Amino acid sequence: MENGIPDSQNPKPKPRPIVRIGIFIISHNLFFSVICCIGGILALFLLPLMAKNTYISENALMPGSANPMFSRYDTMEANKLVKDIMSMSLKPEETGIEIARLLAQRMEESGVEVYHHKFHEKISQFRPLHFFSDTTYTGLLLQNTSAIHGINTVGIIRAPRGDGKEAIVFVTPYNSTKIELSEALSIGLAYSVFSLLGRVTWLSKDIVWLAADSRYGEYTSVSAWLRDYHTPVFNGPESKENPTTGAGNTDFFRRAGTMAAALVIKVVEKHGETEKDTLSIYAEASNGQMPNLDLINTVHYLAVHTQGLRVKVEKVYTLLNLAWLQVMGQILESVSKVAKSLNSQWKFGMPAAEYVDGTATLASSLYYQALGVPTGSHGAFRDYQVDAVTLEISPRSFLNNEGRRTEFLLRGGRLMESVVRSVNNLLEKFHQSFFLYLMTSPSKFVSVGVYMIAFLLLLVPLPIAAAALYSGANNLGSNLTKDNQVPAFASTAKPGVQKSWRWLHAAKVVFIIHLWATIVSLLPSLINHIPEMTPTNNMFIWASSSIFILLILYSMLGSPYSHPTTSGCQNSEWATLKSVMIAVASIGLGLMSIINYATAQIGAIILVPMCLLVHPLKLTGRSGNSKAFLLVACNLVVAVIGFPPAGLAVIKGWSEGFGAVNVGDFWIWAESLWAWNSATYLYVVLIHFPCWVLCMNILLHPC
Amino acid sequence: MTFLRSILFFILLIQLFFVKSNGIDEEFTEELLLKPLPDRKVLAHFHFDTKTPPTKTYGHHHRLFPKAIYQLVQKFRIREMELSFTQGRWNYERWGAFDSMSSSNAKPPGVELWAVFDVPPHQVDANWKNLTQTLSGLFCASINFLESSTAYSAPAWGFRTFSGKLRYGALPREAVCTENLTPWLKLLPCRDKAGLASILDRPSIYKGFYHSQRLRLLSNEFSLDASAEAPGIVLEQTLTVVLQPHSHDTRSIYSDGRLLHPSWSISSIFGRAVAGKCVLANLSTIYVELESGVVSALNNLNVDLETGGHGADDMGSEGSWSNPGFELSVKPERVIKEVNSSHGKSFSILYEYSVDKYGDNEPFDLGFIWKLPMAWSCLHSPFHASRFLMGSGNQRGSIAISLRSTGSSSEGFIGGGDFFGDVCKVRVDIFQVVPWYVKVYFHTLQVYVDGKPELLKDILEKMHVSPSEDKVSPGVMEMVLRFPCSVKSAAVVIDFDKGFLHIDEYPPDANQGFDIPSAVISFPDFEPRMHFLDENSSSKSPMLLKLQEKNPVISYTEVLLVPLATPDFSMPYNVITITCTVFALYFGSLLNALRRRVGEEERFFKSKAANQTRLLPRLLAKLRGKQQEPTQSTSSSSLGRKLTLKIVLVAGVAIGWHYYTDYQSS
Repeated sequence: MENGIPDSQNPKPKPRPIVRIGIFIISHNLFFSVICCIGGILALFLLPLMAKNTYISENALMPGSANPMFSRYDTMEANKLVKDIMSMSLKPEETGIEIARLLAQRMEESGVEVYHHKFHEKISQFRPLHFFSDTTYTGLLLQNTSAIHGINTVGIIRAPRGDGKEAIVFVTPYNSTKIELSEALSIGLAYSVFSLLGRVTWLSKDIVWLAADSRYGEYTSVSAWLRDYHTPVFNGPESKENPTTGAGNTDFFRRAGTMAAALVIKVVEKHGETEKDTLSIYAEASNGQMPNLDLINTVHYLAVHTQGLRVKVEKVYTLLNLAWLQVMGQILESVSKVAKSLNSQWKFGMPAAEYVDGTATLASSLYYQALGVPTGSHGAFRDYQVDAVTLEISPRSFLNNEGRRTEFLLRGGRLMESVVRSVNNLLEKFHQSFFLYLMTSPSKFVSVGVYMIAFLLLLVPLPIAAAALYSGANNLGSNLTKDNQVPAFASTAKPGVQKSWRWLHAAKVVFIIHLWATIVSLLPSLINHIPEMTPTNNMFIWASSSIFILLILYSMLGSPYSHPTTSGCQNSEWATLKSVMIAVASIGLGLMSIINYATAQIGAIILVPMCLLVHPLKLTGRSGNSKAFLLVACNLVVAVIGFPPAGLAVIKGWSEGFGAVNVGDFWIWAESLWAWNSATYLYVVLIHFPCWVLCMNILLHPC
Repeated sequence: MTFLRSILFFILLIQLFFVKSNGIDEEFTEELLLKPLPDRKVLAHFHFDTKTPPTKTYGHHHRLFPKAIYQLVQKFRIREMELSFTQGRWNYERWGAFDSMSSSNAKPPGVELWAVFDVPPHQVDANWKNLTQTLSGLFCASINFLESSTAYSAPAWGFRTFSGKLRYGALPREAVCTENLTPWLKLLPCRDKAGLASILDRPSIYKGFYHSQRLRLLSNEFSLDASAEAPGIVLEQTLTVVLQPHSHDTRSIYSDGRLLHPSWSISSIFGRAVAGKCVLANLSTIYVELESGVVSALNNLNVDLETGGHGADDMGSEGSWSNPGFELSVKPERVIKEVNSSHGKSFSILYEYSVDKYGDNEPFDLGFIWKLPMAWSCLHSPFHASRFLMGSGNQRGSIAISLRSTGSSSEGFIGGGDFFGDVCKVRVDIFQVVPWYVKVYFHTLQVYVDGKPELLKDILEKMHVSPSEDKVSPGVMEMVLRFPCSVKSAAVVIDFDKGFLHIDEYPPDANQGFDIPSAVISFPDFEPRMHFLDENSSSKSPMLLKLQEKNPVISYTEVLLVPLATPDFSMPYNVITITCTVFALYFGSLLNALRRRVGEEERFFKSKAANQTRLLPRLLAKLRGKQQEPTQSTSSSSLGRKLTLKIVLVAGVAIGWHYYTDYQSS
């Protein structure tokens, strides 16, 4: 367009409206960016208001339509088993095997198929090439730790008239080396429900009970069992006769069809403030995957409406006392009151306390999804597309209280039985309700359609800013070239070519940095092999080798500041670089939002301001007014927070006090992320970190 | 004329008499076998057998034989056919896998149908299709779904040994209910009004753990070399149910803490007693079988099982018959003992009761009371087979068939295994049909023996594969494997890709997943059969003959459920919306580009620029921050201010009025 004939008599043809809107937006990019960013953050805070009440979408579930059959007789059985286990745990020697044997014997007595599943501790290894694929473990793993193993006890009820194509799984984790009363209670509860289900006539799906030996952690045992269930290894060493139990065929792995749903049952002694027994639901699996909302709804409905339990989901408790959040809640409440007085049909308001509560729950929901680490052993099921939740039941009184215990077991047993009955009614697998949602309270959720608004509002300024910067840099460049070269009367074609290819240099810089980030992301797998290292040392090695590689790359491929063009172009140089960086960042964020929305959302809150604000310090320093000073200050703050280790240190310092901050923390955090195959690690190292480095480049740009 | 007619009638009578005297007549027998199972349940096996002589000698009219079946055989020229409706799974580990009872009566869940036709090969498919439709109408079941060529297969040798004319199909999802039982009962001459069938109380037989209703046809009507042994058409109807006896003392514990098996009687498990025989039946018998495991357990306790033992039975047939182990409430008429058993020293015992002398006044209600807690195990097949899916996700997976040697088989192998040189090998046949949307890659077939991968050529003796064709035919895999007799466990693994279906090919409830019908695993080296002493008239009873027949050990594996990627079925609406939007945008811009004349427009703009009057462009220009001519800009800005003022005024009035009315109303 700039090349158009500069004839004022002949007006340019008007561009199409859509182009005109585009030009308009780009020319006012600052205004739009600010509006969109503020709008995005505001929309995030408005999410609790936009949450909908949950409802049961799948009609076949019919929760609570049948009366539970779980009776006091069953609680007596549970109590008996609890006593047996606890008396056994008094004898310290080899309780691990004892409990497994006792459970197998009890299950066999109730005419159920039983087997023991032996597994080994999983060695956490960073395998960068198998990031999303589930690691198929080979014989190598079995050989090196063959001496010690955990023993899961698994019982299967075959549905009398079912066809055995589907199964419902319960899991009760217990620590076989040191069992506690609460774990014994959860086993007792599951056993009593299981033996009841062995007698009922309405089963259409098989029931599997996995008493998971959690001596190596709950998740390890469950995931080992699931791996052997779904991807057994046939060419492993032949399993010998089981010495633990006398019976011959209890070592043979049995299966029960496709899993429809799984429930992890835990009893926890929490001395809460409430007068009711409490049920906490944990649902987040790896990479922010959630079970179908219908499963949570069913549990919630049955717990609240038939058993009278208080249902909780996790929340960030520190948020509850924040003054500004309270103020925001009150403002929203008053706004909604005014709106309601204007039109009584506008009902979007909620009390301030409820808003604060919802925000705290939403924050925890976002946080756990963003972290990408499952919140319990239910996460192992999601890797095999099985919907699973952890139900943590805590009684209002002490567990030692026998009289109360019966009441508590009765509630818990009836809840489990009704949930199983409800899921048993399902004809299809869970598909009817949402998979992408955030919880704002046990009975309220925000679906993907709503929460994407906040993210998109944050994301929209990036392409606009990139376009604006690019066109601005081009304008500036062409002006400069015009000024320089019109007197020299150079050919008009040459600067045009040069100008249109100018972004190539910037793209090369961005590419080098991203390539470097990829190498940096793979470094831990090498560092991991160095024996006997503390996290701090590892961190230092990681950092120093990264810097070293960066220097090598610069020397090989050229540093970002060594542009071959004339010095006149330097001014627009950083703008082109920034525009390419922003474009790449927006692509990265968009991709991440598909993999894990919550990570992208939290990442965007930091990344978008950082990318938009960044401005070379030299340039701002030249102007020297208060606006420039503010910009510099903002830049520096964002640059510090944007550096992932520094950001982590700030968060940790804020939550735990700055004394606890350590250099090795980031290493530990990163290690936990890759142990869980969390895509958050990829996001931080492959998208966020190179953007930060490029921002540093621009900040320190010598223009 | 009258004379002539009477002569004809006389001839007809003579004819009938002649036929009867030859002993070739229609026959109907009804039998019931009751058998306590090791896991405290009771197996009841009803066997109804109807025979008719060949049409050539007997004609088209039948006294007993159901017309529907006769016409079916005639029309479709069936040589052999078997149809089974099953609910629940046969528990091979607890209810036995090594006797002819389980080999012939344990069936996969849902409907299974196979038939052999006596027609030229090119007509077989057409006959099969018509047969499925007819059976579907006859038995009120959706057997007609087997009509589609994607649902049935033509096994070459893996299933039975009939070349080319056998068709096999299974519907694992078919629900079995009384509406299938009623037409089945209608084929009996007495229906369920009299005889043994009268105790088939629907709630109690459908409450059981396994329910399999089977109909088997055998005819030599069309074969050229009609052998005398299988005359005409034989219709064999069996109903096998496994029930849990509900006695009040189910959980009674014997003195030493062991659980006593529940005692039962016919009336307690079926809800009614046998009120006499069906008068049309040639034979109406009830057997109680004690399988070899329990017999050897009782023998170890020195219990005399053949004579009533300890003197309590002197009251004759009215009295009970007891021994220290158990008590039968009625004295059996005959005790049939198995001899020369193929499996070791133990043998099973049958107690026979004839229902002939019982009637409405004196119903036959046999009770079986355990006195000692017993524990025994049934006979296991050489391998316990199970099949499962491996992998997760919507893209690919594997089917694995795992064979686990049962400990008891080591001695059985010596009897059954074939010797190749010095090496003892045991043969395993696998027949598996896989629907086309599960795309099996036959080259990925892998066999593991005792945890080590084996070369296929060492294990595989024979294999016949017909790959699936999309939307036309399922994949069929027939294999003969030979494993060394010492094998402990083996696994056959084959990979598959999950296909995509067209949206209208999805069945209802597509999100449940798709079924892969049971595979059939048979062990032809083992042909367990019972031998009874010849002196008694066991040869008359079709059920006992059946038990003595040689049949290979067959077991069916589990039905598998493959979750396929399903579309969002509300998606067509979204797709239509998006497509329409895209089309609108495309055609809109295309037409716009075609219609536009650039030169004209430029002229137009020029003339417009001369007398600019439009408000919106000016506002836009102002917003864009470009300087217009000063006079126009001031006018436009004043105009804009006026407009804004007006709008604010109107809005304020509207809000105020609304607020006022709300206030009034509240």
